[in-house]
Amino acid sequence: MLRTVLRTVIASTAALLVGAGIAGAQTPKKGGTLNFGVVAEPPNYDCHGSTTFALVHPIAPHYSLLVKFDGKEYPKVIPDLAESWTVSPDRMTYTFKIRTGVKFHDGSPLTSEDIKATYDRIINPPQGVVSIRKAYYADLVVEAPDPTTVVFKLKNPMAGVLEALASPFNCVYSAAKLKENPRYPETQIMGSGPFAFVQHVKGSTWEGKRFDGYFRKGQPYLDGYKIFFVKSGGVVPGILGGQFDAEFRGRNPSEKAQLLEKMKDKLTVHEGTWVNNLMLVFNTTRKPFDDVKVRQALSMAIDRWGGSDALSKISILKFVGGVMRPGYSMSLPEAELVKLPGYSKNINKSREEAKKILEQAGLKDLKFKLLNRNIPEPYTPAGVYSIDQWRRIGVTVEHEQLETKLYQERVAKGDFDVAVEFQADFMDDPTAQFSKFLTKKLSPSGYSGHTDTKIDEMYTKQRQTMDVAERTKIVREMERYALTQAYNVPILWWQRIIMYNKKIKGWYMTPSHYLWQDLSTVWLDQ
Amino acid sequence: MATVATTPSADALPKRANPLWQFIKVQPLGVFGLLIILLYVVCALGAKWIAPYDPEAIDFAAMLAKPGEEHLFGTDQYGRDVFSRIVYGARTALAVGILSSMFGCTLGALLGAASGYFGGRIDNAIQRVVDIMLSFPIIVLAMVVVAVLGKRAALGIDWNLIAAIALPIIPKMARVARSSTLSIVAMPFIDAARAAGFSHKRIILRHILPNIVAPYLIMVTAFMAQAILLEASLSFLGLGVTEPTPAWGLMLSGTSADFYQTAPWMILFPGAAITLAVFAFNLFGDSLRDWLDPKLKS
Amino acid sequence: MLWYLIRRLFLVIPTLIGVAIAVFFLIRVMPGDVVVVKLRADGADVSEEMIQAERKRLGLDKPLYMQFTDYMVGLAHLDLGKSLWTGDSVNKEIAIRIPVSLQIAVMASIIAVLISIPLGTISALYRDTWIDHSVRVLAVSGLAVPSFWLGMLIILALLALFNWLPKIGYVPLWEDPIANLSVTIWPAISVGYRYAAVATRMMRSALLEVMREDYIRTARAKGVWTRLIMRRHALRNALLPVVTVIGLEFAFLIGGLVVTEQVFNINGVGKLFVDATTRGDFNLIQGLVLFIATMFIFVNLIVDLLYAWLDPRIRLS
Repeated sequence: MLRTVLRTVIASTAALLVGAGIAGAQTPKKGGTLNFGVVAEPPNYDCHGSTTFALVHPIAPHYSLLVKFDGKEYPKVIPDLAESWTVSPDRMTYTFKIRTGVKFHDGSPLTSEDIKATYDRIINPPQGVVSIRKAYYADLVVEAPDPTTVVFKLKNPMAGVLEALASPFNCVYSAAKLKENPRYPETQIMGSGPFAFVQHVKGSTWEGKRFDGYFRKGQPYLDGYKIFFVKSGGVVPGILGGQFDAEFRGRNPSEKAQLLEKMKDKLTVHEGTWVNNLMLVFNTTRKPFDDVKVRQALSMAIDRWGGSDALSKISILKFVGGVMRPGYSMSLPEAELVKLPGYSKNINKSREEAKKILEQAGLKDLKFKLLNRNIPEPYTPAGVYSIDQWRRIGVTVEHEQLETKLYQERVAKGDFDVAVEFQADFMDDPTAQFSKFLTKKLSPSGYSGHTDTKIDEMYTKQRQTMDVAERTKIVREMERYALTQAYNVPILWWQRIIMYNKKIKGWYMTPSHYLWQDLSTVWLDQ
Repeated sequence: MATVATTPSADALPKRANPLWQFIKVQPLGVFGLLIILLYVVCALGAKWIAPYDPEAIDFAAMLAKPGEEHLFGTDQYGRDVFSRIVYGARTALAVGILSSMFGCTLGALLGAASGYFGGRIDNAIQRVVDIMLSFPIIVLAMVVVAVLGKRAALGIDWNLIAAIALPIIPKMARVARSSTLSIVAMPFIDAARAAGFSHKRIILRHILPNIVAPYLIMVTAFMAQAILLEASLSFLGLGVTEPTPAWGLMLSGTSADFYQTAPWMILFPGAAITLAVFAFNLFGDSLRDWLDPKLKS
Repeated sequence: MLWYLIRRLFLVIPTLIGVAIAVFFLIRVMPGDVVVVKLRADGADVSEEMIQAERKRLGLDKPLYMQFTDYMVGLAHLDLGKSLWTGDSVNKEIAIRIPVSLQIAVMASIIAVLISIPLGTISALYRDTWIDHSVRVLAVSGLAVPSFWLGMLIILALLALFNWLPKIGYVPLWEDPIANLSVTIWPAISVGYRYAAVATRMMRSALLEVMREDYIRTARAKGVWTRLIMRRHALRNALLPVVTVIGLEFAFLIGGLVVTEQVFNINGVGKLFVDATTRGDFNLIQGLVLFIATMFIFVNLIVDLLYAWLDPRIRLS
């Protein structure tokens, strides 16, 4: 399974990664400061209470994790603070051996107690602490029998435990400091990562410097890093002006063209799939969207394959896929996908069929509103494109683009006809990816409001199926079912385009912008 | 305000054989402005016939085409014809500009007239509210109102957007209308009318309102220019009109910002359309003021 | 003069209190929830229970009258409360952004004065000639150009002519004047053009009016050379309306900053305001609106005082 995923990741990036192979062979040089841009700023510094890359990019270098995803071989999980681990035969107990001699930035030693305190904070947050992914880890119990051992016991069977523990948001905090003040991570940064915190100038910069006591000998290579907080439109000018050399979330094709035109021979470009997609959510509590035929017809009217070609030139929307990221091991193969409503490559036939369905349902002049956020990329192109596609089967759609806060409120209240939602997570695991497809009972973001418990059942079943082949089968069945019922239908998946100055080495692109950002292996060839 | 109006007395309103001809002779620049406005009006009303393409139709084959024979002003990233979008955009601009200016000025004039005519406590209360409203810079007030009201579209127009733009106009018009009213109330014929036992309604309708028509007209035209500019700013910030509706400010915002360095025509023409429209309204408004306001006439 | 000052200051206070109250209640009816944006907007599957807990922590679950009391008590101590987004004090959030916005505003005003006084004077002196006409057209178009569009045009021009773009980030003027000016000058021009246009128009019409007044006529009768009149009498009197313009146009300056800071990626008060409204950060919005309104009121007050000082007739009446 690993190898197939790997191949797709590498295949999609290899074409542009000409220098990477050589870079791997080079001995990393020490020194220098990495300057990069981040297009949003974290509200506070607490990893456990955050969901945004705006926190991960500045803060990941300051903290260590128990285990982490490998940047080179995503989705392989590799040691971080854990040296090694064993899994019991029934897969209900995970025992981690913790490195010795790891120090926090204040010089105090890091032991299994700190990891236990961290996970206790995530699973059972004390009063006043926000732990967003609490429910995800609800089945885990943490123990620290001795200073170099951490044991995770499962209350119920759970697939993907290692991947869940590799979350970039599970920063390991100091138990002693948490005891003093469980909310210290919101305002202070004290971790054991490769870089120590220097300063954060609000609205403008963030600085970190090398932590000499870092547990990986010889790392990090950089003396430090400096982040420039800029608006999305400020990235290209910033790189062109030489103010900073990279941005690690992802840029759009027009920005790629601009940078390539100006600094072709000084630029490294990575391209590949991104674990993010945009989807249409039909409000099944409203007529006519309670009718599966109508939902299917509206999905069938959208030319995904044609849209992929065109939209990928002007936006980050690119890949045609179902609920799982195209190319991921558990996703439906293309041959099966094209059989589902809305994924046919013969768009004219699809449209005819869609028209017929609507006509039969007496909805020839269907009119509705499409609720969307007023964020230009990629929400506006997705909205504009969908509306144009629906117009071609005679459906009139009004675009309601609201500020995020108003959008969120309307979606949560169920006050919409059809909405443009997105799915984004740090990994491909189906337990994360399916959250918006469930009923409201099981998931607070099951915005479509359907009451089809069959999806919930399959979801719970796959979560508890620890055999990969078996799980894949259930997941594919669930994906087929979800796309046929069409409560939510993906529009397109995103393309991740990362560009940086050639002198930056040792950074690897994964399909998630949350991963591989601790910068421990990054160095400057100058 | 650049257009601080002083009050003409009732008999100072121009009485000429043919006022239109006079206006043309005395204010050629104003006529020029008026002609441009008429051009926009024609665009707005006749958009269907003038625009060569459907302004919302996506044509990826023509994506980011340069200005030329096919597309006079080029196309945007969706391959939509920029010229057609500008022509249709005149509808949005004029509708929002004219409606919000008229609503704002009418409400303001009524408030100001009431304030000036009744005086005393009513005047005091209204003036305090006006003071508070005047303490907000226009865009700040408009942004807060947009955020509070959200969007409410009917007849293809976002009425809450109009309310947001009209609101900051009210206190400014109220100020002007109040001072005009005060100077009229001080005139002997009002006292006479009161003594004769005429109702408030009759006095206001017969004597006060006709006398604030001139400042009203001046303010309405002046604020049309500002309203168009404000709508463009709000749309630029993503708070006004939404895609795919063609609107000038919107054409300069959002993802267009990613493309304008490589496809400058995407922003050159819509920006010029805004500038020309505001320019025309200002020119016309200035001339109208000079013409209606005898004190400023040299 | 002192009495006048005291009287004016006294009148400002009720207005400010009114503004504070109006802002508080206006914002509370704003739909949308900062907590939802903070926790859910990045796609996480966050339970309703967690959202309620966070609301409680931020004090948003308190009844409105209690929130209002807290707010007014804070205001009495000049404390605008804490940002609901970052948890930092609103005072600090604003203070960080003031220098750059203030500098751009001041530079825009300087640009306006430098352009408007000579242009307005020339225009008035050569009244109804082609010079006058072209100055007037330039001025009217200055009122019409949206500042954000002008900003984009400037960026395009810099890119086309010099293949150069202004850097991002603010360096204080005293640390590196060149780096500082190379960032701030462009938005200052974008915003200042309108300012200059209005001031030029005012300057011109004021000069024309002053030149008609008696004492100038007397001076002219004495055979004083026109240009001397300009310097001695007319110019000083004509400065009055220019000062007024700066007060009146302050609102447009703020508006210009709000949009132009977006174009040039400037971390100023305007951008903070846009961000705060986008997120629904009530405390920050009300703090900012109050701050801007106070600035606005005081700028007008100072203008009035200057006016009174320049023209004794106003003081006495």
